[in-house]
Amino acid sequence: MTAKDRNAGGTPVINESGLEIKTLYTIDDVANSGGIDESRPGEQPFTRGIHPEMYRKRPFTMRQYTGFSNAADTNERFKYLIANGQTGLNVAFDLPSQCGYDSDAAEAYGEVGRVGMAIDTLKDFEIAFDGIDLDHITVSLTINGSAAIMIAMYLAMAEKRGFNLTNLRGTAQNDILKEFIGRGTWIFPVDHSVKLVADTIEYCAEHAPKYSPVSVCGYHIRESGATPAEEMGYAFSIAKAYTDAALERGLDIDQFAGRLSYNFNIFGNLFEQVAKFRAGRRLWAKIVAEEYGAKDPKSGWMRMIAGGGGFGLTIQQPENNIMRGAYYALVAALAGAQTMALCCYDEAYTIPTPHAQRLSLRTMQLLIEEVGLADTVDPLGGSYYVETLTNEMEKKIVEAMDWVDGQGGIVKAVTDGVIQAKVSAHAFQRQKDTESGKIRKVGVNCYVEEDEKAPDVEMHPYDEDGAKKQIANLEQVRVERDQNAVDLALTTLRKDAADSRNVMPALVSAVKAYASVGEMTSVLVDVYGRYEEPVELW
Amino acid sequence: MNGKPIKVLIAKPGLDGHDVGAKVVVRALLDAGFDVTYSGLRKTPEEIVAKATELDADVIGLSVLSGSHMPLCRKTRHLLSEAGLGERLWMVGGNIPEADRMSLVNLGFRGVFPTSAPLSDIIDFVRDNVR
Repeated sequence: MTAKDRNAGGTPVINESGLEIKTLYTIDDVANSGGIDESRPGEQPFTRGIHPEMYRKRPFTMRQYTGFSNAADTNERFKYLIANGQTGLNVAFDLPSQCGYDSDAAEAYGEVGRVGMAIDTLKDFEIAFDGIDLDHITVSLTINGSAAIMIAMYLAMAEKRGFNLTNLRGTAQNDILKEFIGRGTWIFPVDHSVKLVADTIEYCAEHAPKYSPVSVCGYHIRESGATPAEEMGYAFSIAKAYTDAALERGLDIDQFAGRLSYNFNIFGNLFEQVAKFRAGRRLWAKIVAEEYGAKDPKSGWMRMIAGGGGFGLTIQQPENNIMRGAYYALVAALAGAQTMALCCYDEAYTIPTPHAQRLSLRTMQLLIEEVGLADTVDPLGGSYYVETLTNEMEKKIVEAMDWVDGQGGIVKAVTDGVIQAKVSAHAFQRQKDTESGKIRKVGVNCYVEEDEKAPDVEMHPYDEDGAKKQIANLEQVRVERDQNAVDLALTTLRKDAADSRNVMPALVSAVKAYASVGEMTSVLVDVYGRYEEPVELW
Repeated sequence: MNGKPIKVLIAKPGLDGHDVGAKVVVRALLDAGFDVTYSGLRKTPEEIVAKATELDADVIGLSVLSGSHMPLCRKTRHLLSEAGLGERLWMVGGNIPEADRMSLVNLGFRGVFPTSAPLSDIIDFVRDNVR
């Protein structure tokens, strides 16, 4: 099949979100779909961007996802990326750290330092960020199940190094609801997990008001099978659940809403994605102002990291992923992302090599330095097509949120497993459509190279010695720390958890006493229990 | 076969949370008429073998995308053999480099399906190889 065959016979073109795309758009389409949004960037509802000058004043932050083996090796890679012009850090943790196990736990066997860096105690955080100026390089922690613990560690480490928490910026992913839908690093039952997110929001609002304790991720829900409109709709439903939980603590919406941020995906049709972001920005600003009565316009900012696109990458003809990454970066820049990170071309196979990471970084730098993406704000604004699609995507996003409400809200939809089942059914359909050629994928079902050999990519080796070293370091910390202080801190943690108090103060104390991730998690599991996955639902 | 549907257990060992592929394979095998059970995430090799024994599964499929497939398959293989499931059909899918294929086959995982494998290959493998 060729590109010409595809458009033969007047077959309708329908985007992933279910909108039929016309051959041509005119000013009438804009008018009929709801009209053009005349607001300026930096003005509510921020359709064209959250800042008046956007990249003219400050280009997007470049923040490649990085972390492997132990804190020392990762610190070295951080410094390599910073030396190459990266402007923020995005920390990858290994699976034991993400799931709340120490490196010497039976469950951690074979996994220590494999997909990210191993963190057992505050000592590891001290090593990982040694020599990095946290006032100038903002750090994003990609952590969810054990996020409350890791936020406590980050704040304790920064405080110990003399940074003022009042001014400390940074982000934790800390979006547990999406972990139940995709990604899977949950630990506690759904309701207790949401309670922990509210604890972090409440604690940060008071102690680290510029720190972003949550980055709500449509990203992984999209990777798991959702359409672009559903990605954004479900993310907003999740953000509303955290907002409601924080309001129940007696916080004012303007105390914390401005520090909520988002993480969205960029693979797929370029125009559909750009319209998704413009529509999402407008809708979220309206929700925060109208439903929650926020007074501060900043509370309605849909700040975001837009990046990744892992699902779009292919194992076949892997160099094609370099071009895909460039188009995805273009999407993020045209959409007004605050922060960008790209999947590397070898990421369909392995943890990226430094070379692949540098190529991704250069892709983003090219957009700013050579291609003109930082010259003017919202360059697609006013396009008949993009404005019409923005209006139509907004309605589709609202539809997705209405579906969640119809299931009794996002917390219930996740607890019952209905949203997981819906997203997984989509993924199955997507796979079938790819195999049948209905969804076209270059190198997979068209332009296939019959004699393609296994690609020549460098594999990231598993560092067995690194894992042993990590365990030895943990044992040393256990010997050197004041065990009475640890026991006391863990007792307080257990009591605060049992009394349904905010556990963040107790976690910060425990972290400072060098309690380990596994020890703190065990205490919380004793009190809260563990999540039971609804695997029977199809 | 005596007309009873082939029983398949698709399991996620280790801490890897990537379950899109495992669930897609479960759906495809169900569509193909097999009797399929999904383990859910983060099961130990011991739990998986216990489940396979309980189900009397004809096919045991592991899904691993974290890169830990070698240690996990090695451990599961011993437990499967000890439990008397050595003659059942074992397969593994996920983020598996070509270089590891033969090692996995030698461990007894006769079906090795990297992330790009078509669903029809997996269905055919099960249909053609269950004794």
